[in-house]
Amino acid sequence: MHSNGRSKTRAGWPGLGLLAELGLAGSGLTLVAVPASVPAHAAAPPSYTVQGGYTIPEPLTDTPGDPAMGRNWVINRKLGNCLSCHQMPIPEEQFHGETAPALYGVGDLYSAGELRLRIVDPKVLNPQSMMPAFYKTEGLNRVLKGFEGRPILTAQQVEDIIAYLMTLKDTSKAKN
Amino acid sequence: MTRMVKIPGGGRLSRLMAGLVIAAVPATGAVAADGDGTRIDWGPYKVGDVRSGYTYAGAQTRAMQDDDFQNPAFLWLERGAELWDTAEGAAGKACADCHGDAEESMADVATHYPIYFEDWGKLMNIEQRINWCRETQMQAEPFEWESDDLLGITAFVKHQSKGLPVDVSVDGPAAPFFEKGKAFYEERRGQLDMACTHCHVDHPGDLIRAETLSQGQANGFPTYRLKWQTLGSLHRRFRGCNRNIRAEPFPYGSDEYTNLELYVTWRGNGLPVESPSVRK
Ligand code: HEC
Ligand code: HEC
Repeated sequence: MHSNGRSKTRAGWPGLGLLAELGLAGSGLTLVAVPASVPAHAAAPPSYTVQGGYTIPEPLTDTPGDPAMGRNWVINRKLGNCLSCHQMPIPEEQFHGETAPALYGVGDLYSAGELRLRIVDPKVLNPQSMMPAFYKTEGLNRVLKGFEGRPILTAQQVEDIIAYLMTLKDTSKAKN
Repeated sequence: MTRMVKIPGGGRLSRLMAGLVIAAVPATGAVAADGDGTRIDWGPYKVGDVRSGYTYAGAQTRAMQDDDFQNPAFLWLERGAELWDTAEGAAGKACADCHGDAEESMADVATHYPIYFEDWGKLMNIEQRINWCRETQMQAEPFEWESDDLLGITAFVKHQSKGLPVDVSVDGPAAPFFEKGKAFYEERRGQLDMACTHCHVDHPGDLIRAETLSQGQANGFPTYRLKWQTLGSLHRRFRGCNRNIRAEPFPYGSDEYTNLELYVTWRGNGLPVESPSVRK
């Protein structure tokens, strides 16, 4: 869709609050019922801009990403669950997936902005991709009740994961 | 479910099992490499590039399926055999009253389902056929999806085709429904925005976390899934795969899933009916 190199700004997600993003499936009703009083800490995800069709240079949040948190999110099966498809240098977790490239050394291979696009919406780069868009809500088909209208990850979780990926500089342990 | 006891040497079940021993072709290890990265000759479980879920299952799971006395699904088969002979409904009839000996009358029936059913103007699968028989022929209540009764009688009927190649037809009046099933299979859905193809066409044999992806074949259903600790229908599996990608599942027996069933079953044309299989 955006692989033609044009920049595109996306509208942000309309303030349904952090609660929904913390994996509280089934809490959708409550959230819809209190639209006016969004708590101060639950700011809507900001919009983002894809530049040149290959990068999102601007961070999604003001708070810099925390690599230790990012490491948690990539493991967590309800959030990033990146290990279901990718191998990563996380030896304490068994059974890393094999359906996608190993992520050893990606911090060397890509800039933070390039990683951001790959997590936010990898289909900009590869429309056939198996990889979910982790920070997108439009254009989805028949989303499970309780998950509609919200992205898989929060903006801050995306930033944390990028910070973690940027620490992966060593390709030598890659299995494939 | 009703408690069932295995009675070695007793009645229909043991006849069934005797039949099975002949039909089962255990894939014994260590024959020459078969071009699929394994050293196992999969026998009938691999037809060209088409591979049953059996060939992706672990050795222990396969052993459970191969040994009739270890396969927990046999409890349901026994229930099914009982139901076959039990008169129910206002017409006072049992399946056996119309169909006689299942070993003969049902011998290859399951290889052809889902079929196009003219009265409905759409597809019908085995579960739907069984409930149609109950409602129109026996004047009995239909069985609920995923009840032990429907799973049992479905497993029993399909089991009569065990070892015979799946052979559904997808032309003629079935064609438009087949096309719908194919479109469903290839269409992205859910918050994870994935299609069946992403897992079962692009990545069979690869690990997705701790699960080895298979081609997602239908020939073993109903299947005893260790994770479920019970027998389950193909539509239950569809619902599970939909939920895993956070897509809203369709109802059991819905047109969407029956069309999908025809497409998925057709992908496995030539594979032997394995019902009831054992899977992880
Ligand atoms: C369902 C499978 C799947 C999941 C889950 C997944 N990815 Fe991916 N990822 C892929 C595939 C497949 C590719 C290869 C490029 C493509 O097809 O888009 C890829 C590519 C990438 C790349 C580029 C790698 C390279 O060498 O070019 C990065 C970085 C990445 N993924 C990060 C992540 C992170 C971080 C997560 C979790 C938040 C994640 N992925 C979750 C399937 C997945
Ligand atoms: C995110 C990956 C993924 C997607 C997408 C997916 N499945 Fe599955 N499916 C699995 C896993 C994992 C299993 C269990 C291991 C196996 O048999 O592949 C499975 C098993 C199955 C089985 C049972 C195979 C057997 O031998 O018992 C069928 C049938 C199936 N899937 C059909 C589908 C259909 C139809 C769709 C789309 C509506 C679909 N799957 C989408 C991951 C997926």
